Amino acid sequence: MGEKRKISLTVNGKSYEEEVEVRFHLADFLRQQLGLTGTHLGCEHGVCGACTILMNGRSVRSCLMLAVQADGQDLLTIEGIAPSEEEMHPLQEAFRDNHGLQCGFCTPGMLTTLLEFLDDNPDPTEEEVRIAISGNLCRCTGYQGIVAAALDAAQRLREAKGA
Amino acid sequence: MKPPPFSYHDPSSVGEVINLLETLENPKLLAGGQSLMPMLNMRYVMPDHLIDLNKVEGLSYIEDNKESISIGGMTLQRDLEYSELIKAKCPLMHDALQQIGHRQTRNRGTIGGSLSHLDPAAELPAVCAAHDAVIILQGPGGEREIPFSDFPIAYMTPVTKEDELLTGVKIPIWQEGHGYAFVEFARRHGDFAITSAAALLEVDQGGGITRASLTVGGVGAAPVRMTSIEEALIGQNGDEEKLRELCESCREIDALGDVYASSEYRQHLATVMSRRALVKAYSRSNGGV
Repeated sequence: MGEKRKISLTVNGKSYEEEVEVRFHLADFLRQQLGLTGTHLGCEHGVCGACTILMNGRSVRSCLMLAVQADGQDLLTIEGIAPSEEEMHPLQEAFRDNHGLQCGFCTPGMLTTLLEFLDDNPDPTEEEVRIAISGNLCRCTGYQGIVAAALDAAQRLREAKGA
Repeated sequence: MKPPPFSYHDPSSVGEVINLLETLENPKLLAGGQSLMPMLNMRYVMPDHLIDLNKVEGLSYIEDNKESISIGGMTLQRDLEYSELIKAKCPLMHDALQQIGHRQTRNRGTIGGSLSHLDPAAELPAVCAAHDAVIILQGPGGEREIPFSDFPIAYMTPVTKEDELLTGVKIPIWQEGHGYAFVEFARRHGDFAITSAAALLEVDQGGGITRASLTVGGVGAAPVRMTSIEEALIGQNGDEEKLRELCESCREIDALGDVYASSEYRQHLATVMSRRALVKAYSRSNGGV
């Protein structure tokens, strides 16, 4: 066993204090130690985007960070984006309605990436959406459904804000 | 896929970092980790000690010094991308930043990390070459300033000594209204470019070019300044056929070849990217309009 460290962090609003091996990347920590397996691991070298999470509101690849670096940080994973057990986030609704997923492997990364993007850019063009998800690979949908879902979600979020 | 075991250090001052570099065996500095972490995950690098720079104070800043902009080594690519100062005074860097990796990697990636990793196709080293940037290295003997032209000493190898740390970069700025363009050819958006070109132009009221900088990335072992083209550009007026003719000399660059692109193809792309960058830079300049 390698060197370990104690870290404390917040994930989806819940505080954790954990001892973690320093060489563990954040995605393995979330999946194996906290049991939050919604964050997916595709390539583990920063190409596929499946492991994207939000750290202090910013999208990051959790395979390209060590768990020890998340000490003191506020994380949001796919498990934490819905407002409640019964209700989905407008972005999730839009993905369901627009056939934005098929096998679902890329979906956690797509949603976390788009969550930050739509916050930065609430009224994006289709081209801007395509650039925003350029770091997230999907092998099922051909991206059309995802792009449509993102544009639909943007509108829903704008309307929710305006209401 | 896991990084091999290592000891983890997270110092809070530059002095502590240098001290660790001097005393530890086989250390590696961790900046944003967007290149080093994949290399650790795949065990291309196996350091005994990892020195994380993310808690070191005073390495993240963007400062206006009138004639130049000073940027801290640990400044995030995202912070540079969203900086009004960079957009206004160093628009070439703003242009280049849009083409670096993806939103998620720019949220973690740093300028110092990119410069130290020194991938020949990376955008920020090309921007620094184009702007004649000065790299600031700090070691046990204090600080030294290295002109970017002397910074790369070999493929992916900067002049930085084993006990030194890149703490900042100084970017001399060009006249207000100068033309600029960063263009690249990559297989997919966000991939490392096969070839890139960075152009800066100052143009007088009559439309004549008075100052020029042209850098080609991804072709040589480090970004290449095309000084002969820069000289020939002086007095030219942006005529596209003339620019095409001048850019032909990019075929003489000593080019890398790999499974994705042969050296001849890279040389060809260098002529095309250079022309596109110059045409775009000229059209963006305020001279002659």
